[in-house]
Amino acid sequence: MTKSATLTKKDFSSDQTVRWCPGCGDYAILAAIQGTMPKLGIPKENIVFVSGIGCSSRFPYYMETYGFHTIHGRAPAFAAGLKIANPDLSVWLITGDGDGLSIGGNHLLHALRRNFDINILLFNNRIYGLTKGQYSPTSETGKQTKSSPMGSVEQPVNPIRFALASEASFVARTYDANPKHMAETFEKAAAHKGTSFVEIFQNCVIFNKDAFDDVYDRKVREENMIHLEEGEPLVAGKDVKQGVFLEGLTPVVRELTEETDPSTLLVHDSRQKSPIYANFLAAMEHPEFPVPVGVFRQIERPCYEEALEAQVRTAQEKAGVGKLEDLFKAGETWSVT
Amino acid sequence: MTEAVQSRHTLESATIRFAGDSGDGMQLTGTQFTNTSATLGNDISTFPDFPAEIRAPAGTVPGVSGFQIRFASEDIHTPGDRPDVLVAMNPAALKANIADLVPGGLLIVNEDAFGKSNLKKAEYGDVNPLEDGSLDTFRVVRIPLSTQTEQAVAEAGLNKKAAERCKNFYALGLVYYLYDRPMEQSMAWIERKFAKNAQIQDANKMALRAGYNYADTAEIFADTYQVPKARLASGTYRGITGNQALAMGLVAAAQIADKPLMYGSYPITPASDILHELARLRHYGVRTFQAEDEIAAIGATIGAAYGGAFAATGTSGPGICLKSEAMGLAVMTELPLVIVNVQRAGPSTGMPTKTEQSDLLQVMYGRNGDSPMAVVAPATPGECFTMAIEAFRIAVKYMTPVVILSDGYLANGAEPWKIPNLDQLPQIEVSHDIDPATFQPYSRNEQTLARPWAVPGQPGLEHRIGGLEKDDIKGNVSYDPDNHQKMTDLRAAKIAGIADDVPPLEIIGNADADTLVLSWGGTYGSILTAVNQFNNDGGNIAAAHFRYLNPFPANTAEVLAKYRRILVCELNNGQLDLLIRARFARETNSFLKVKGKPFQVSELLAFFKEHQA
Repeated sequence: MTKSATLTKKDFSSDQTVRWCPGCGDYAILAAIQGTMPKLGIPKENIVFVSGIGCSSRFPYYMETYGFHTIHGRAPAFAAGLKIANPDLSVWLITGDGDGLSIGGNHLLHALRRNFDINILLFNNRIYGLTKGQYSPTSETGKQTKSSPMGSVEQPVNPIRFALASEASFVARTYDANPKHMAETFEKAAAHKGTSFVEIFQNCVIFNKDAFDDVYDRKVREENMIHLEEGEPLVAGKDVKQGVFLEGLTPVVRELTEETDPSTLLVHDSRQKSPIYANFLAAMEHPEFPVPVGVFRQIERPCYEEALEAQVRTAQEKAGVGKLEDLFKAGETWSVT
Repeated sequence: MTEAVQSRHTLESATIRFAGDSGDGMQLTGTQFTNTSATLGNDISTFPDFPAEIRAPAGTVPGVSGFQIRFASEDIHTPGDRPDVLVAMNPAALKANIADLVPGGLLIVNEDAFGKSNLKKAEYGDVNPLEDGSLDTFRVVRIPLSTQTEQAVAEAGLNKKAAERCKNFYALGLVYYLYDRPMEQSMAWIERKFAKNAQIQDANKMALRAGYNYADTAEIFADTYQVPKARLASGTYRGITGNQALAMGLVAAAQIADKPLMYGSYPITPASDILHELARLRHYGVRTFQAEDEIAAIGATIGAAYGGAFAATGTSGPGICLKSEAMGLAVMTELPLVIVNVQRAGPSTGMPTKTEQSDLLQVMYGRNGDSPMAVVAPATPGECFTMAIEAFRIAVKYMTPVVILSDGYLANGAEPWKIPNLDQLPQIEVSHDIDPATFQPYSRNEQTLARPWAVPGQPGLEHRIGGLEKDDIKGNVSYDPDNHQKMTDLRAAKIAGIADDVPPLEIIGNADADTLVLSWGGTYGSILTAVNQFNNDGGNIAAAHFRYLNPFPANTAEVLAKYRRILVCELNNGQLDLLIRARFARETNSFLKVKGKPFQVSELLAFFKEHQA
């Protein structure tokens, strides 16, 4: 076993040249992941990066761990089989908005529902990069691209709401412009037992440049984002504070004044059993709302591979460890002499 | 009691078909008869034939379910071309099956079911076939099965509908008497099966006994029959279907290699029973995974193989369509896994419950790029066991996906299976013993060309694999033109090399004939029977049956060269035929059948005769 305590960020960089476009948000994410790995205390031979197809899915080649670059959209299936074969592995699944929500939407749904103990990082740049610039399932309606010259007529999907609807036990969002926030979020994801889903706002400099600047550019970040902190009220804004309140079943944003009763502000609680609050947060989209980042929801739920192993143990306790001769002779037999 | 006037005949073999509505319990009746006959020491072969609909409209022809069993005192290899006895529970069952009954055969019908409404549902119109003389060539035994069953089980106190449902056991009792079979085994089965419902248990036992006694006392059969024991090799036997054998073979392979078995599958006819068999074997360390679709099923299987498990996936043709891209990934990443294809009639959804051998070219070539993988095909239900072990042996020795081509006929057909001794099972050697100092993910074993099976969790072997072309030895992504040529050639050479590691193609029949019959997979029983019969009747023909389709056994060209004429028989529109013509540049004549049914011996004999003249 390698000594995980002595590992550094550099130990997680493979000898392969990173080939994303200069300025791509993926570089910052790669650096954040490589920086997070030594902190987890996991020997690197027990870490596996699994990906599908797309720009983000080249990720495993750059990590000095085990890695499997699979086929388009299906990475969750490979990760599931890998965890069934070896539940002790730390499995990181890298996907994108096309890979995870278009061709692989079905598999993502079932991975989240089954709750294998894996970490899913969805790089959302709201565009197809590797195929050179078509609209994706997260592109906004009206998005003009090569495949939608008159604008996309499609309603985009919100990855956080997709994950919540899929019964995900850990749902978070972070962004490539904030290495510190990414690192914190990845550590929380790794610490969660069960499937951790992290949406990462990621800038595609070539085909969807500055898509998130209205939200996360340093000049507007404090006004247009809410960094979710456990037990803290939902408040955005630097000089003028905007608070989030619940009016009936609708979250509304109002300026905080001296008359505001602080106890009426929504206070962040990611561990609520009901998914309703997390869905409120997820529905807060730019420009109507400041956009929340951080952990939306984390609950405890049995992991698939643990439940499966428990069945194996139970069956063996009940019937004994299966022997081939008993299997062959099960049912009616007869002798010929 | 009247003096017995029946005469008893001894037969070498007999074939019975039970036919009724899918809800009539015909599969159960057939299975009971099979088990009893097997225990008596007969050789047996069965052919269940059921509709895809779970409950097609009652009384209609599409809803007819049939079960054919042949039992014999001699060695048999097919469930028989045509039944000697047909039990028809309603007009639809009669309509669907009467053409197969041998002339002069015995027809037992449930006369109660031949009312106006049922005749109409079976599209007989106003004409009752029991009355119009159309059945005159058969020995017809009309029995009011429903009424008699209801009377027989009255004491059990079931309602009319439930009482009538026992009629399959009444019919079984009749046929048990006809063929001089004891009832004890079925009685014991009923007791076990309905242990929790004394009423149903009693009623079914009453029905079985009443049917038997009625045949005895009412002397409804002019003749009765005995089929003595077969001369099977000594040992302990059980009945086995191809799907059961395959499931056990997968488990055995994993245990031999001291590996956990992972089976990833999505339910599909006729492969689902493999999943069902394996799902109840958790105590054997079997991890089944019912995936969200066919693609996820193979994806998880490849993931498990990458993780070091003995991993298999099972499906039928439409599932292979969906798995094709992932099969290509398994070729590219050179991971060991077994892909079971229980073939059914296609294309598209086709006829899910009907057998066919039409996925050979699909598994050979149905992927993008030059993507060779090993393909094997068991010849009998019992051989599904040995071929599952063989497939894993090849998979891990050569680091390749291996396809097992079973089919609906093998999957659901049953035969006696001699339970093997554990020390007779083949060995499978697996090694993950790799030196990190010299490890390269795409270095190769000189003899097998296999790359090392390095598994996550092994220190110092961290490496990356994937669907992009890999450079030779190091395994990094490569777009180098010469490297792609080399890797394509290596992948092909690796699979081709397996030819020297599999048994040679054997000649059956008259080896020195000038005509050779070629066949593969599940048609073995029919071909063997036909070839033997043809030669016994003064013909002169040889045959070779393929169990290894990719690569062909090393001596294939040599075998073909010995014969002037080559006849290819297969249940598709000419797939092995195409391979033989392409690979060996030989002219062939072929007998091709796609009717969702196995070959009949009689049609093979006619074909041999036509082409040997």
